[in-house]
Amino acid sequence: MALLQISEPGQTTAPHQHKLAVGIDLGTTNSLVASLKSGLAETLADTQGQHLLPSVVQFQAKDEIGYKTIVGQQAQDNAANDPLNTISSVKRYMGRGLEDIKKHSIYHFVSEEGSAVPRIRTVAGDVSAVEVSAEILKTLKQRAIESLGGELIGAVITVPAYFDDAQRQATKDAAKFAGLPVLRLINEPTAAAVAYGLDSGSEGIHVVYDLGGGTFDISILKLTKGVFEVLSTAGDSALGGDDLDHTIVDWMLAKTGIIEPDASLLRVLLDKARAAKEALTEQDTTLIQIHLDEKLHSQSDKQNSWQYELSREQFEQLIQPLIKKTLVPCRRALRDAHISVDEIQDVVLVGGSTRVPLVRQIVGDFFATQPLADIDPDKVVAIGAARQADVLAGNKSDEDMLLLDVTPLSLGLETMGGLAEKVIHRNTTIPVARAQDFTTFKDGQTAMAIHVVQGERELISDCRSLARFELRGIPPMVAGAARIRVTFQIDADGLLSVSAKEETSGVQSSIQVKPSYGLSDGEIETMLKDSFSHAQDDLDARKLREEQVEAKRVVEALLAALEEDGENLLSAQEQHTIQQAIDELSEIAEGSKQRAIKLKIEEVDKITAEFAQRRMDASINKALAGQRVNDLHT
Amino acid sequence: MAITLTEAAADHVIRFIENRGKGEALRLGVKTNGCSGMGYVLEFADTVEEEDNVFEDKGVKIIVDPKSLLYIDGTELDYGREGLNEGFKFNNPNVKDACGCGESFNV
Repeated sequence: MALLQISEPGQTTAPHQHKLAVGIDLGTTNSLVASLKSGLAETLADTQGQHLLPSVVQFQAKDEIGYKTIVGQQAQDNAANDPLNTISSVKRYMGRGLEDIKKHSIYHFVSEEGSAVPRIRTVAGDVSAVEVSAEILKTLKQRAIESLGGELIGAVITVPAYFDDAQRQATKDAAKFAGLPVLRLINEPTAAAVAYGLDSGSEGIHVVYDLGGGTFDISILKLTKGVFEVLSTAGDSALGGDDLDHTIVDWMLAKTGIIEPDASLLRVLLDKARAAKEALTEQDTTLIQIHLDEKLHSQSDKQNSWQYELSREQFEQLIQPLIKKTLVPCRRALRDAHISVDEIQDVVLVGGSTRVPLVRQIVGDFFATQPLADIDPDKVVAIGAARQADVLAGNKSDEDMLLLDVTPLSLGLETMGGLAEKVIHRNTTIPVARAQDFTTFKDGQTAMAIHVVQGERELISDCRSLARFELRGIPPMVAGAARIRVTFQIDADGLLSVSAKEETSGVQSSIQVKPSYGLSDGEIETMLKDSFSHAQDDLDARKLREEQVEAKRVVEALLAALEEDGENLLSAQEQHTIQQAIDELSEIAEGSKQRAIKLKIEEVDKITAEFAQRRMDASINKALAGQRVNDLHT
Repeated sequence: MAITLTEAAADHVIRFIENRGKGEALRLGVKTNGCSGMGYVLEFADTVEEEDNVFEDKGVKIIVDPKSLLYIDGTELDYGREGLNEGFKFNNPNVKDACGCGESFNV
C-alpha cells in the first residue's frame, strides 16, 4: 500500500500524481538532498542512515558489465588508493576553462580540439566537471526517489552567490545530464535564509556566515517584498574547518616532539584533532590519546604513547587567529554593500564549523546580534532549497507563492563603437521590464540592428551575445531625430523578451531569448553524444521514450481521424491497411527499439499521406461551401 | 464506527501539526479519481465545516466530511516505512479492490 504524506488544505493531488520536488545542496565537500514530508523539511538519508553524501566520484575501468562509477563515502575511502580516477571538490572546476583550473589540481586535464570544456582523464574516459557533478546528482536523485516513493518533478539546486552565468549554466547542465529537471537555481545564502523562514518575516538586511570544511563565504542579503537580493559577497576560498584541525595537529606535534610526521601518521593525528574539536563543542575538556605503532616508533626517540588534555580555553586560544581572519571578508562585504553593523537584522550560520562555540561568539560580537543556529548548519541550505522546491512545485496555496530570483548578470545591448549599454542591471529582481530610448546614428537611417548581450564588461567583445534582431521601416529622418524605445522584459521563468519601437511611426520588432540558458538544446545534445557510454545509455533511453510518446501521439491522432472520416473518405481496403499500420506501430512502440519505432512512424506517415490529403481537401470544401469567391478575398 | 490512529500515526501527526504551526486537526477523505476509482485525501485542516464529522483518538482531532465517511468509516490510519520511504497508510475495511500500489481504491 502506498505511503501518503499530509498535504496543505485543498492541495491533495490525484493518486500517482504527487508533486514530489527536492532541494539539493551540491557542495564542494558534501552534498545533501532534502524534501518536505507532511510539511516538515528534512534531509533524506541513504540506506545506512547517512545524510551527507561526500561529493566524491570514483571512475572505474570498464569490465564485462560496463563502466562502474562509485559516488560518496566509498569513493572517498578509495581516494587514497586511486587518486587520479577519484574526483573530489569538482565544484571548483564547474564552468571553468582549462587555464583557470590547471594550476591547482592533481588531476590530469585534457582539452579536446575545438572544445572549450576541459576534461579530466580517467580510466573510464575523459570526463568533464559537469559529468562528474551529474554523477553526484544522479545518486541524490535515486535516493530521493526511493525515499519519497515516486518520480521527482524537479529540484531546486543551490549555488554560491558569487557563481557567474557559466558556473550556473554548468550546474544546470549537470542536472540535465542526471535527468533531473531544474525548478530553479537559488543562491546558497538565500536558501539558508529561506530555511529560517526569513522570507516571510520582516524586510531588512540579513547576513549569512558560511564556514564550511574548506571555504568561507559571507553574503549580505536584502529582503524586500519577499525577494532576496544579494548586496555583496566576500570570502576566503582557503579557510575552513580543515584549518582548525591542522591547528590542533600542529599543537600535538609541538607537544609530542614529532618533527616530520609521514602521511599515515598525519592522517591519524587529523582524525584525533577533528574528534577533539567536535568534543569541545559540548564539553569543556577532552582527552587526546596518541599511540604510535612500532612502525612509526622511529619518528620519536623517547616514547610511543602520549596523553594530553585539551581544554576549550586552550583550543580557543589556538583557533582564535583563524576565526578572526573571517572578519576581514565580513568587513569587506559590509563596505561593498554600504551597510553598517547596526542595520543588520539577522545572522544565519551555515557550515559545520559554525558549531564551534567560539565562532558563534566572535560572529555574535562582530554583528552585535545573536546568530541563528537552530537548524543544523550542515543541512540548512538543503532544507531552504527543499522549501523553495515545494512552493515551486505548487504544493502550497497561492498566497504562499514567492519569487526570489534575480538576474545574475546585467543585460543590455550594443551601441556604436562596440560598447555595451546596460538596460537591466545584475541583481535586479524578476519579473521586470525596463525601457530605454535610443536614436539613429546617420541621416536617413531606416533600420537598426539590435544586439542583445549579457555581462558586466563594457566592451561587447567581453560580453556574451544572446540575440540579434532588426528594426526596419524607420521613416528617414536626420540623425538623432528618431526615438526608438527598446524594452527588456524578463518573466518569472527568466525568459527575456526584447522589443524595439520607433515612437513617431509606431513600427516595432521583437525577439525572445533565454538569458540564463547559454547552451542551446542542440549543443547540449552534442555534449551528450560526446559523453561516454553510460551517459549514452541515458540519452538512448530518453530518445526511446520520446519516440514512444511520438508513436502514441500518431496512433491516437490516426484513430481519431479514422473515427471521424474513415467511413466517408476511405474504401474498406484502405481503412483496413491504415488500421493494420496503426496496430503494427502500437506493437513496435511497446518494444525498446528506438530506431524501429522511428522507421515505423515514417512508414505510417507515408501510408496515411493520401488520407491526410483527402481530409484536408474535405475540410477546405466544407469551409468554402456556400461562400462566394468575392467574399474570400476580403 | 469511527476513525482511529495507531500510536505511530498519532505521534507523527502531532509532530507535523506542531511543526506547521497552525491548524489543529487532520482531514481525511476521498476524492473520485485515480486508476481504481477513488483516491484518499490527507490534509492539514484549518477549518471545520458544519456538516463535518469530528473524531478524536490518541490526542489527534480527525475531521471527515459526511460523504467521505461512507467510504472510509472504520479506517485505522497507520504510519509505516518501506525501504527509505515512510508515510501514512489507510487500513480501510471498506475497500474491495485497490490498484497495484493501493493508492486508489474501489468500494
